[in-house]
This record gives sequence, C-alpha cells and structure tokens, in this order.
Amino acid sequence: MGTVSTVAGPEASGSRLWVLLRRLRSGDTIAHSITFTFASSILVITALLVYELWIQSGPSRAKFGWHFFYTSTWDPVFGQFGAWPFIYGTLVTTIVALFMAVPLGIGAAIFLSELAPPKLSRGLSFVIDLLAAVPSVIYGLLAVFTLVPLMRTTVEPFLKKTLGFLPFFKGPAYGVGFLTAGIVLAVMIVPYIISVSREVLLAVPQDQREASLGLGATKWETTWKIVVSYAGAGIMGSVFLSMARALGETMAVTMVIGNQPKVSTSLLAPGYSIASVIANEFAEAAGNLHLSALIELGLVLLALTLVLNGLARLLIVLTSRRGAGVAR
Amino acid sequence: MNLRMVWRKGLNVVMLTITGACALVTVSALFVILGFLAWHGARSIHWSFFTHLPAPTGEIGGGIANAIVGSGKLLLLAACVGVPIGLIGAIYLAEYAGAGFAFIIRYAADLMNGVPSIVIGIFAYAIIVVSMHHFSALAGGFALGIMMIPVILRSCEEFLKTVPRSLREGAMAVGASKWKTIVTVVVPAASGGIITAILLAMARVAGETAPLLFTAFGNQFWSRGLNQPTAALPMVIYNYAMSPYDDLHRQAWAAGLVLLGLVLVTNIATRLVLSRRTSQAR
Repeated sequence: MGTVSTVAGPEASGSRLWVLLRRLRSGDTIAHSITFTFASSILVITALLVYELWIQSGPSRAKFGWHFFYTSTWDPVFGQFGAWPFIYGTLVTTIVALFMAVPLGIGAAIFLSELAPPKLSRGLSFVIDLLAAVPSVIYGLLAVFTLVPLMRTTVEPFLKKTLGFLPFFKGPAYGVGFLTAGIVLAVMIVPYIISVSREVLLAVPQDQREASLGLGATKWETTWKIVVSYAGAGIMGSVFLSMARALGETMAVTMVIGNQPKVSTSLLAPGYSIASVIANEFAEAAGNLHLSALIELGLVLLALTLVLNGLARLLIVLTSRRGAGVAR
Repeated sequence: MNLRMVWRKGLNVVMLTITGACALVTVSALFVILGFLAWHGARSIHWSFFTHLPAPTGEIGGGIANAIVGSGKLLLLAACVGVPIGLIGAIYLAEYAGAGFAFIIRYAADLMNGVPSIVIGIFAYAIIVVSMHHFSALAGGFALGIMMIPVILRSCEEFLKTVPRSLREGAMAVGASKWKTIVTVVVPAASGGIITAILLAMARVAGETAPLLFTAFGNQFWSRGLNQPTAALPMVIYNYAMSPYDDLHRQAWAAGLVLLGLVLVTNIATRLVLSRRTSQAR
C-alpha cells in the first residue's frame, strides 16, 4: 500500500479509501467502536443518574434550600418537608452498626488471613461470601419475627436495668427502633468488612511478618503492630465501603426501625431512615413537591455513598498496590 | 520467664482466641438464618403454594405463583439490559482499552455498584415510569438490569483476562482479525466464567426489593405482557411480613425459604463449578 500512495494525489486518496474499506470489512474498527460505546455507556448512565436526581429534586431544592437538612417537620398535607429526622435516623443506625460490625469483622478477617490454615480459611470465606449474598428482605423477615420479640422481652429490659442511667437506653421497650435496626445492619455489613479486609491483609508481604517474628515479637504483636498497621488504609477502605452499604440499606431497616419521624437520643426509641421513607412514601407521594422532596433525599443518599465509595476504592487500590510493589 | 513475657504470651493467646471467636460468630450467622427459615418455611410449603394466586385479603391459603413468574420475567428483562452492556463493556476493557480510560470505567462501575438500590429505583422511576405514566414490569426489569451492569462488567473482565495470551496470538497468527479472535477464541474460552458471572449477578438482583417498590409495584393477579405492574418474590415477602395476618406471615416464611434457596443454590453451584474449573486448569 505504501508504494501506491506515494505515486500521485487522486490515486493516494483512493487507496486511503480502500484501506479504510478493508479495515471496515475486517471489522476491527467497527468492533472497537461498538465495544467502546457499550463501555462508555457506563459513564453515561452514572452521569444520567446524578443528572436525573438533580433535576427531579429541583422543586424541593428551590423551595426549602438548606432548611431541608435541619428542619424536622415532614408534613405532606401542608407541603412542609424537613429531612432532619431521616438523616438523623440513617446516621444513628449506621453508627450503631459500625460500632458492632467493625471489631467483629476485623477480628474475623485477622483470623482468616493470619491464623486459620488455608483450607479452613477458604471454606469460611466461602460461607461469608454466601452471607453477603443473602437478600436484605430475608434479613428483614428474620428480624421482624425473631429479633424484634427478643429485643422487646429480653434485651431492651436488660439494657434499661443495667445501663439505664445513660441517655441512650431510656423509654419503653418497643422492640423496633434504632438499636434493632443497627443490629440488623451490623449483621448485614460484617461480610463486606471481612472479605475486603481479608483481601487487604493477604496482600501484606510475607517478609514483613517474618522480620517481626524474627525479632522476637509474638504472633499477636506481629499481627497487630505490623500487619494490621501496614494494611490500615485498606481496612479503613473496607469500613467506608460497608458504611456506604449501611447508609443505603433499605428493606431490612424499614422493617425494624419503627417508621416514626422522630429525633430521640434513646436508641430504644423508634425512628426513621432516609431509605425507609423513600420506600414507604414514594409510590403514594401526594403531589409534586412531596415526590421531589423524596427524590432530594435520594440525592443525599447518592452523594453520601458516592463520596464514601470513591474514598474506599482509592484506599483499597493504594494499599494493595503498595503491598504488591514491596513484594516484588 | 519474667512478668512482661507472661503478659505478652497471655495477651497473644487471648487476642488470637478472640479473633477466632469473631470468625465463628459471623459464620454461624448463616446457619442461624438457614435454620430459622427452614424451620418456619418448610411447614407452609406445599404444591398449591407454587401454583395458586394469592387468596383475597384475610382469607386463608393461596399461593405465590404470580410472584414466581413475575420474578422470572423481571430477571429476564434485567438480563436483557445488564448482560449486553456488562459483557461488551468488559470485552472493551479486557481487549481494547488503554490503562487510563479502563481505570475510569472500572472506577465508575465500582461507584455504580455502591449506589443504594433504592436510588436506582428512583432513577428507573424518573426514566421509565414518568414517561410511560404507569408502573410496569419493564421499569422494574430496567432497574434490576442497571444493578447487574457493574457486577457483570467487573467479573467478566477478570475472566476474559485469564484467557492465555498464546490463544489470542495463535488465532491472529492464522490470519484472524482481532474481533474474530475475540468472538471465536477469547469469549468461548472464557464462556464458563462469563456464564458464572451472569448467574451470580442474576442471583444478586433476584433478591432486590427496594428498586421494585415503585417500578414493578406489585400485583395481586397475573400480569399480562411487560407493560403492567407485576408481582415479584421479594416484594411478596416484604408485604406479607408487614401484614397483620398470621397466615400471610406463614407464607412470607415459605416465600423467604424459596427465595433464599434459589439464591444460595445458584451461588454454591456456580462457585463450586468455577473452583473445580480453575483447579483443573492449574
């Protein structure tokens, strides 16, 4: 081809066309552009997601502005919407969940990566992956019929008797409420913490452990001071990741939080969360403003989870790269 | 041995035991869940549960046939959205993309994977329900399909990348163009993994309730075509569990057992097949 195109102008352009045709017939250009289109559609969908929520929440944003976030009246009849009780409920349940799930998850991840024999570790990780696959409505179903009665008759009265002097454990024991929702969330996010933390811990180079053990540190000292601190950023990433899950979790929380838009210090009191109010009111929203207020809540949720996930992924990528880099 | 040494050794044993206990507690959660569901659910599963429509509110009996069919319909629709975009996108990432652009797409997919399912529901509502002016199976399937995309994309890319380079080079050496190599050599070689990825993604969205609440909406009866609201298994569990009737609670347990059974069997089977395959390959 090269020899032909050097001869003269018109023939050169003809040959260029011919080259193009040949490439089209062999299909590589087409295949490239088709796959490129499909791959970029993921970027388009992500952008569209943000755009749609932003546009659709317009009326609510215009009317309430920043007041939306710190006022507490949620009244569809009079068109007054303040989201504070829902934001509060989401934050409180997430914090309660992290409080229980983080130590449990990191402990289990340490066991799986540092102590358990490889075969046992693989088997247990398999079970934990299955736990992560259990649908959230199943957790909700179990919680409604087993955890809630247990909380009402046993756990909450016990907490009131022993820790009742704290403001967190006051008021009647309903069974449903922040604490119950937090416990269910904790059970749901533990598998994520474990599987991501385990990956990150396994990426810590072996010579770090050997050096520490060689200096006479005990197994625990090596694990805690060397391995865990080396993988610290990645473990932090796993916590952010599961925090994002907890913030957006809908069904299980809706079934056990009590669905009352109240702000209470007591963890035993019923409350409401952002995702729950969307789930309960969206299909029957009374009018445009109500709908747009609910969509604004969705936008809040989206923004929170995007930021947390973005941070988490970066931390995890950085940690595993560092591990791999040293190992080589 | 001085006191400090005793303390260090003691701490070692105690802390390591605690980590073991953490693992034990977490793993036992699965068996508690299975146990409760089997115990409560098995008592109300019989044949008519799978073949009958729901009974009118307050009456005893009835089944969830329409919800099972509805879930199947929604999953098929979801696969129509999720599989092409996820798979072809994965082919681009594995075969064509430069490192920078691939990183951006992967990052976006991971972000999308973390978006709460209820927000995806709002998205499907805004895109489809608003323009069609009514709830439909189509909107529900679209929402689930969007959720499938990042899962399929990421796992298919992994499987495509495990196809050995020598296979690609062999195909090209006998004169196949790049896309022919991909279609006839690379994708078939990774087909086991790709099918696994699709099944796992379907098992994941099969249990999603939140995005269906205001897209597929639910239905007491059979839904005809794709244009009507439809029932789905997870929504039935939610509605029955929150209802005040004992008989519906019983059915919620049974439906829960069916759903969890389907999800876990899919997960276990595909993972076992996959691990056998990879161990054979090694």
